[in-house]
Amino acid sequence: MTPRLTELWVYLSASPLLGLTLTLVAYQAAFWLYKRAGFHPLANPVMLAIAMVATVLALSDMDYRTYFDGAQFVHFLLGPATVALAIPLYAQWPKLKAMAGPLMIALVIGSLTAALSAYGIGALLGASQPSLMSLAPKSVTMPIAMAVAEPLGGLPALAAAMVMLTGVLGAIGAPYLYRWLRIGDHAIRGFAIGLASHGIGTARAFQVSEQAGAFAALAMGLNGLLTALSLPWIMPWLERLFGR
Amino acid sequence: MIAALTLLLVFQLAGEVIARGLGLPVPGPVIGMALLFLALLLRGGPSDNLRQTAGNLLQHLSLLFIPAGTGIVLYGELIAAEWLPLAAALVGSTFLAIVVTALVLNALVKRRKADEGAQP
Repeated sequence: MTPRLTELWVYLSASPLLGLTLTLVAYQAAFWLYKRAGFHPLANPVMLAIAMVATVLALSDMDYRTYFDGAQFVHFLLGPATVALAIPLYAQWPKLKAMAGPLMIALVIGSLTAALSAYGIGALLGASQPSLMSLAPKSVTMPIAMAVAEPLGGLPALAAAMVMLTGVLGAIGAPYLYRWLRIGDHAIRGFAIGLASHGIGTARAFQVSEQAGAFAALAMGLNGLLTALSLPWIMPWLERLFGR
Repeated sequence: MIAALTLLLVFQLAGEVIARGLGLPVPGPVIGMALLFLALLLRGGPSDNLRQTAGNLLQHLSLLFIPAGTGIVLYGELIAAEWLPLAAALVGSTFLAIVVTALVLNALVKRRKADEGAQP
């Protein structure tokens, strides 16, 4: 690079502008592709945008920390967006109330299925203990998963990565699973994807309908709460079961 | 929009204070969501302004996961070391959780409808 370009690069890589713009441009491009693909689940915008940003980081030799310093302004909006989920929840309140019993039963069974099957499949295929403990809370929102994994002997960073992959997998797979199971009710579709795939599943659900989004948000919140309370009790018992 | 954003941040802050103050295992924004939901029940619904801002924010929820999601680049080696059990557990368990939750809920909802239909 010429001295002037190097100077420019040094300036830009220290300012939040680059990371922030990169995030927004990648999202616009990913969303354009998603739309062009007729909102096909395989063209998931979170996955596409992450792939684009990661490619730019690798090519430009920018490290993730530097990128995140800029992109954190977008990341910060996750907080108010989570609070804003109260509005679609309120709009769906009559239907939520009417389904309260079935929702609670499905919550408990679904939550246990998510954690136990992740642990069980991983254990049978020989995953290490820290990996198993990082896998178990993978279906819940990232801050809860990291907080739950750590005292159990998991790695918070690996748990965060597992959460991300679970979100994208659920958002991609759920539409196919629902077609196969012939489940058309948006309340049921939303609840199951929110329970298994937290916020990324909820984002997909909101792209389908407000009702699906509201039920996904409810499932995400409740499964986060239930997992945070139950996993510290269940895991030691599971470890004994698998002789670890 | 600014008024609505302020309101959301105030509820997030309140949630954060409660979560940390009481040492709850749930993140502050989730408590904030519950508080705002209660406020909406008491008040009888959101203002148009709040509804619009929330709608805009939630429509682009995907965007908000990109910065944290890109963090996956840091764990490539960790994941590569045990890629097979991790991949099988992620795919198997995520799909199983969706299928089981949807089937249980579907069966319960159907049974309830049948019960209601059976009553005169």
